[in-house]
Amino acid sequence: MSMAAEERSLRAPWVLTVPALMLFVGVLLIPLAMTVMLSFHDWGQYKGIEPVFILKNWHEIATDPYYAEMFWRTFRIAILTTLLTAVLGAPEAYILNRMSGRWKSFFLLVILGPLLISVVARTLGWALLFGGNNGLVNKLLMSLGVMRSPIPFMFTETGMIIALAHVMMPFMVLSVWAALQRLDPQIENAAMSLGAGPATIIRRIIMPQILPGVLSGAIIVFSLSASAFATPAIIGGRRLKVAATLAYDEFLNTLNWPLGAAVATLLLVALVLIVVGSNALIERRYAEVFR
Amino acid sequence: MAYLELDRVAKQFGAQTVVDDFSLSVGKGEFISFLGPSGCGKTTTLQMIAGFLDPTRGAIRLEGKDLTAIHPAKRGLGIVFQSYALFPHMTAAENVAFGLEMRGVPRGERAKRVRAALAMVGLSGYEDRHPRRMSGGQQQRVALARALVIKPSVLLLDEPLSNLDAKLREEMQIELRQIQRTIGTTTILVTHDQNEAMSLSDRIVVMSQGRIEQIGTPQETYEKPASAFVSQFLGKTNDFAGTIDRTVAPTQLVAGSWRAPAPAGLGGAVTVSVRPERIGFGDTGLSAKIITRIFQGNHWLFQCDSECGPAIVIRQNDGKAQPAEGDAVRLTWRSEDMSVRARAGA
Repeated sequence: MSMAAEERSLRAPWVLTVPALMLFVGVLLIPLAMTVMLSFHDWGQYKGIEPVFILKNWHEIATDPYYAEMFWRTFRIAILTTLLTAVLGAPEAYILNRMSGRWKSFFLLVILGPLLISVVARTLGWALLFGGNNGLVNKLLMSLGVMRSPIPFMFTETGMIIALAHVMMPFMVLSVWAALQRLDPQIENAAMSLGAGPATIIRRIIMPQILPGVLSGAIIVFSLSASAFATPAIIGGRRLKVAATLAYDEFLNTLNWPLGAAVATLLLVALVLIVVGSNALIERRYAEVFR
Repeated sequence: MAYLELDRVAKQFGAQTVVDDFSLSVGKGEFISFLGPSGCGKTTTLQMIAGFLDPTRGAIRLEGKDLTAIHPAKRGLGIVFQSYALFPHMTAAENVAFGLEMRGVPRGERAKRVRAALAMVGLSGYEDRHPRRMSGGQQQRVALARALVIKPSVLLLDEPLSNLDAKLREEMQIELRQIQRTIGTTTILVTHDQNEAMSLSDRIVVMSQGRIEQIGTPQETYEKPASAFVSQFLGKTNDFAGTIDRTVAPTQLVAGSWRAPAPAGLGGAVTVSVRPERIGFGDTGLSAKIITRIFQGNHWLFQCDSECGPAIVIRQNDGKAQPAEGDAVRLTWRSEDMSVRARAGA
């Protein structure tokens, strides 16, 4: 091969990636960089955005306990949602995996259901069931005399966690299911032949093998819940803000774009650190199961 | 007295009968193989002994006690699965120790027995290895150690060697036989490989379509097959169409230009079965032409076109001259080397 041809063949892969690279840079990196830049700009009620470099927004977020509360609430909701999906989703996936053909596909569709419905319609559905005195379930329970006042659901963290867990469930179930697919179909029989009872089989044989699946599902659910917008916006409204709705309000209500950008950037950085950190931890801990 | 006894065991899935009328008594310390093609019901039978399936009819008894009434976890049988089914999140030692742990064996004794079991299968020093970091052969050995360490009353092997390559499989066969002889555990092996069944077992149960075709020692099933299925499944065989000629006295068995005094109790159309290594080239006998001659080191393999259809002949390489391709030969064999059956549909 001549020198020129060799050089050309070395350059070819780079040239071929240019279109995709352009798209990546154009629609992701540049807007992201601009958002980060924006968070350092100044803003005033009457002067609008001033393109200067100051730490005012970051200083405000760091010192005002309002923002600490907001981020703490965001991650508390995300953590509890993740726990709820893990506790319900892992057994759900195990049961689903043991079902026979026709039932399996039917229930898989049921589990995937929340993903097929618009997030707004689904969340409003929850509101119709539990929303205040007029919620269907609350009305029924109160008319039956089971309870005097409606179950608090709207504008509560509990309501937000339940509604989020509902839509996040498919991610957990599918992730655990993928781990279950890797299981040797005879592994439970093997454990049983060695004298293990059903509870021991689940605890000692099945659980350790699907734990990586639970953890990777947890990473997906956690990051999606922490950055979720529609569900917290509808259930929590203006009263119970999380990081995503806070950023939205700063951008579109207060029109304080730089502060909104700082909130959004902080949320992104925190999520990336948590996800990358726990992923590295999991891969090191469960190297043998992942092989 | 029989140690393990299967009494007219049957298994049905819906309308389909997978195993039917399966009766067998296994003596203590015996090595039995269930041999048959896939779908013959051999694995189903093994799973009924293990307790993963319940028989539809019949009884399974171990030392006179009804085994089907005992939960699989309490049967105390050692099982080696085709896929090994090792616990991937545990080390080799933890895998082997699991059964002892379930039995509440104290830690000190457990460690000692695990070490001994791993040493027995030649895996000393691999205690802390995880299964996925081991070769197929090593995983197989861990599975065997895990099944044997609990001192099972019966060892069940479900096609344990089928995932190994040919050379390793032969090594494991020899090792398996030695281990089984040493510890004397009653063993049942499920296999579709006739060589494996013959080299390992005391007795072979040949199965076809859910039924037992023959129970016998390897020699018996090979030399005196009870049915056409057995003779074809165990090694190569030549089937020649013949007739019993009653017009002459004494009556004669005739196949092409080969003839011999007829065996008693048969008449009309018959099938004459002869193993390829029992056929020789002579001056009289079945006329044939040699189509191909293949040299295989210790023996020659001839494919012939005879009066009664294709025939295979195997001759040992004893250094003597052998007929060449295209030669006309006469095939001959001794009466005691053939088996004669009435021909179906004739």
